[in-house]
Amino acid sequence: MQLNVFSLITQRAILMVVLAATHQPLGAYLANTFSSTRHLRVERLLYRAGGVDPDADQRWQVYLRSLLAFTAVSLVLVFGLQLAQGVLPFNEGHQGVDPWVAMNTAVSFVTNTNWQTYSPELTLGFGVQMAVLAVQNFLSAGVGIAVVVALIRGITRSERTTVGNFWVDLSRACYRVLLPLSVVAAVVLMISGVIQNWGGTIIHTIATGAAQTIPGGPVASQEAVKLLGTNGGGYFNANSAHPFENPNAFSSLFEVLLLLVIPFALPAMYGRMVGDKRQGYTIVSVMAAFWIGSTALMSWATAGSGAPLGEGFEQRLGVAPSTIFATATTLTSTGAVNVAHDSLPPLAGGMLMLNMMLGEVAPGGVGSGLYGMLVLALVAVFIAGLMVGRTPEFLGKKIAARQMKLVAIYILITPILALTGTAVTVAIPGLAASAPASGPHGFSEILYAFTSAANNNGSAFGGITTSGPGLATLLAVVMLLGRIVPIAVILALAGSLGTQRKVPTTAGTVPTSGPLFAVLLGGVSLILTALTYFPALALGPAAEGLLR
Amino acid sequence: MNVSTVFAALPLAWRKLSPRAMVHSPVMFTVLVGAMVCTVVTVELILTGSSAVLFSVGVTVWLWLTVLFGNLSEAIAEGRGKAQAASLRASRTSVLARRLTNGQEEQVLGVELAIGDVVVCESGDVIPSDGDVIAGLASVDESAITGESAPVLRESGGDRSSVTGGTTVLSDRIEIRITAASGKTFLDRMIALVEGATRQKTPNEIALNVLLVSLTIVFVVAVLTLAPMAAFAHALPSPIILVALLVCLIPTTIGALVPAIGIAGMDRLVQHNVLATSGRAVETAGDVTTLLLDKTGTITFGNRRAVEFYPAPGVSFHELVEVARLASLADETPEGRSIVDLAQTHGVSGDSLDDLMHRDPALEVVPFSASTRMSGLNVAGTQPGTRRELRKGAASAVELYAAEHGAAVAEELTRQVELISSQGGTPLLVSEYDGAGGGGRRAQVLGVVALADVVKPGMRERFIELRAMGIKTVMITGDNRITAAAIAAEAGVDDFVAEATPEDKLAVIKAEQDAGRLVAMTGDGTNDAPALAAADVGVAMNSGTSAAKEAANMVDLDSDPTKLIDIVGIGKQLLITRGALTTFSVANDVAKYFAIVPALFMAAFPGLGLLNIMGLHSPGSAILSAVIFNALIIVLLVPLALRGVKYRAVSAARALTRNLLIYGLGGVIAPFIGIKIIDLMIQFIPGIG
Repeated sequence: MQLNVFSLITQRAILMVVLAATHQPLGAYLANTFSSTRHLRVERLLYRAGGVDPDADQRWQVYLRSLLAFTAVSLVLVFGLQLAQGVLPFNEGHQGVDPWVAMNTAVSFVTNTNWQTYSPELTLGFGVQMAVLAVQNFLSAGVGIAVVVALIRGITRSERTTVGNFWVDLSRACYRVLLPLSVVAAVVLMISGVIQNWGGTIIHTIATGAAQTIPGGPVASQEAVKLLGTNGGGYFNANSAHPFENPNAFSSLFEVLLLLVIPFALPAMYGRMVGDKRQGYTIVSVMAAFWIGSTALMSWATAGSGAPLGEGFEQRLGVAPSTIFATATTLTSTGAVNVAHDSLPPLAGGMLMLNMMLGEVAPGGVGSGLYGMLVLALVAVFIAGLMVGRTPEFLGKKIAARQMKLVAIYILITPILALTGTAVTVAIPGLAASAPASGPHGFSEILYAFTSAANNNGSAFGGITTSGPGLATLLAVVMLLGRIVPIAVILALAGSLGTQRKVPTTAGTVPTSGPLFAVLLGGVSLILTALTYFPALALGPAAEGLLR
Repeated sequence: MNVSTVFAALPLAWRKLSPRAMVHSPVMFTVLVGAMVCTVVTVELILTGSSAVLFSVGVTVWLWLTVLFGNLSEAIAEGRGKAQAASLRASRTSVLARRLTNGQEEQVLGVELAIGDVVVCESGDVIPSDGDVIAGLASVDESAITGESAPVLRESGGDRSSVTGGTTVLSDRIEIRITAASGKTFLDRMIALVEGATRQKTPNEIALNVLLVSLTIVFVVAVLTLAPMAAFAHALPSPIILVALLVCLIPTTIGALVPAIGIAGMDRLVQHNVLATSGRAVETAGDVTTLLLDKTGTITFGNRRAVEFYPAPGVSFHELVEVARLASLADETPEGRSIVDLAQTHGVSGDSLDDLMHRDPALEVVPFSASTRMSGLNVAGTQPGTRRELRKGAASAVELYAAEHGAAVAEELTRQVELISSQGGTPLLVSEYDGAGGGGRRAQVLGVVALADVVKPGMRERFIELRAMGIKTVMITGDNRITAAAIAAEAGVDDFVAEATPEDKLAVIKAEQDAGRLVAMTGDGTNDAPALAAADVGVAMNSGTSAAKEAANMVDLDSDPTKLIDIVGIGKQLLITRGALTTFSVANDVAKYFAIVPALFMAAFPGLGLLNIMGLHSPGSAILSAVIFNALIIVLLVPLALRGVKYRAVSAARALTRNLLIYGLGGVIAPFIGIKIIDLMIQFIPGIG
């Protein structure tokens, strides 16, 4: 197989045009959704049932407590329902899930990671898939959006202690954003050939007399939110490489669009909410630059390696759609795959790791991508502020020691989790043996797993077995901390910014929009995040790719 | 900075190597720990007779030098202050004070004085402590504090009543009430400040430290976790190489220079003869967005010029202007010329003095004299043989002159005169006496010329610069609105407050602060004290009262209110230097990665040699070169840290572009070149190359 450069450029151009067309209208819709004071009837019912006063704003501590309580309940539910699958309806004959796997899966879906340590069609019936995992696909994405909305409120509010209401933000993210978009997306996917049935698995005897197992299920509806919510957990083990999840080149491109559409629209929402669209344009242009640059490097690393391409690729789709999909899925914390990342040329696999190591900010997961980028913007503005001789301020808010401490925790936590997890695993022979590949490739599999978990991506370099208690637990811890700590920091940041009085902007203020700041932000992102992993990458993909 | 200052600072730099002193700088403390680890490993290698000894010794020595260079920069910065403190201390030598108790004079040691004691000082006496003059008047030599040799006048009451301990009375006798406790005098504070003894981390320094510490932590984790990863790949490098990698990646350059930058910033302020109570105040000065400037003395010289004519009742405007012009023709002072100029703007011009003299040989010029306080012309009168006396001068003098000639000043004019004076302007009366030597008309006071200040040259440009930097200037003046508006427009300030009282100043400060702005102001009087205290940066004039100095967070020893603008620049320069060196330090990492990472694993994975884009000679020389570069760059940047990055008054966007190019891009490129050059030199050392 060869990389069809024309196909690559055309597909990327289509994506760019569609995303350029959608990001402002969708951003405007999002901004209205989260600024509106109106509640839908279904939302009112929900608030009444939950005893929530939707018009009462919460301080950041309360917002965080609500979020943590919600997360805890979700974890218990997802874990418990998997264990109890054997007695639940629509289990398609599957029994209760292994506790270690169930624990890992619960953490994985609640944290929007969707690392799949299990093989769905061998483990879960569509009952649990739909009622448990798909619900989490909505909720975990909604949590991400809620958190970034709270952060933006902290930036825009002046001398206010509250950052919004978690329950309201979560409900709106699910009911007004993810649900309608998912319905539309599911219909388009069905039209393009993704299956949607209640048929279960059919065993069919073909003419030669051999038995063929044809799995069924409500795939299109799962697929839509899997991508829109940058979740990535597939209905089938092969994920978007499976013909029922992703039948053709159109569906493949459409799926990429789905996983990019909300993350790219959130900066537009941000620009509108802070009352300066240029702020949003600046952020989105940095994200887009990383995405375009990464896609180009990825295709170079794939096609330029000289190695024969074939193994691990879906013959139906070809190299170009796989390159585009793989780049987008690792840059958005989605983790859905339409090509076996493990089988890519080593440097291409390294590119995918680098994408995640950027901290999932280009454009990143729904919500998490924008808040991650805003944290980097705070660092950029801190350095820039010093360089022009002003105590740094971001949109009128001073960035002092307290803010920098929170920013520091945010930036530290992910690399520490990814690198420590990898180091612990390779240091313990029993765990290291989970990745049987020899040499740098085995190391890459482990590094990839922990980078994916710490950044809540969820894609995997195959080859590594993570269902044993050791790795399942270690990865679950990494996923959970990689989600909760940054969220707590972001909400604390929202609180500390919101209580500040807004400082007026003058000619002496560093502009946080425009090409200059975009370049600085890009540079800071690269140096602060990806560079940290440079030595580790050298031992894995670089060592393997440059082996001669 | 020269070789001798470096050598003078060496002992202090050595003393600062103690871990207890180092722990305040987490970045350099990490280097210290790394150097210790390497020392142990190297000693072990030497004892076991390993072959890689020379390389290990090289890295270890250069790590210790890195720590030492970091301390050296701080020691050099402190050393400059120490010299200054020593000369200040000399003027604090045990002074004998003459204390007055119930009218009785007694000799006590200066240090025994308490607040509220009254002492007497006569010519030749050193003033024992800070205080206010409560009786008498004296000229005082304050050169010990200000470096200015011209004596200054100090007198009881008013805004020139404060005296500073350590200064010398040159003439006369004054009684002083002591206002500072022993050890807390102005001089004591100044010594502590320039020595850096009271230096505390400023808020911005703390925030920067957080960033530096987090970068250090992340690289410590990256290197610590690298060990098991490398072991897994059967490519475990020696601990020395891992430490070298760590030290090169953590931001040692900025970590080493942060204290020196802070001390040097304070030092620059001291060199400008400004004394700040804390480093925080200097930093805040860089953040100031509103400057409150007194008109007189700051924006204007206090040199006056004509701004308006006010005719007396029954006198036409034109007549007043004409006479005023004639009376000023011979006056070559700026005030006199300004009256002629103003007349011209009102369309009144005519004969020059030469023309008049030509036509009227009897014309007499009456020059200004201190006794008459008037000047003018005597010209031919309207009647043949009469003389016409045209005069302009100080209101009281002209009033007296008019009375002598049987004329009174109209009540309206008197009110106008009072009004002008009350607004800080200078009223001149213009009179005409037509009839000397004959019956003729009586003397008549024709009207008032109001004089106001002249804007200092260059102020307009400075305000334009300030505006470009996003700083709003507000002029405070006692003048009426019209005069104030004229001066404000001429000077180009953004806003002004006319007819301002000290309370108004306070109100302006509060209003600006409520809008989220940071305000700086200068002041000298006791009634300025509340505003000085309320301002984010309050600069008191050294000539001012002790109440003002107490309330301010800076004192300008030269008593030059214009210096407020320089202070803002110094504050900005301090922050810019920190930011520029941070950027440089972090950007350096890119090249260091390319030097060290291939060297780390080239043995296990020869393919990684592709990353050796600098073409460094060998893994050993590459690592050592990076370590040496890392150490030397600290020394090379010490002068910059002390001098401060060049600061220009431009908008934030332009300043950022410029500094990003120099220190960001430069920071990426410089180490590639530096490391390559060092590698070219050390590759010939056997055992390393």
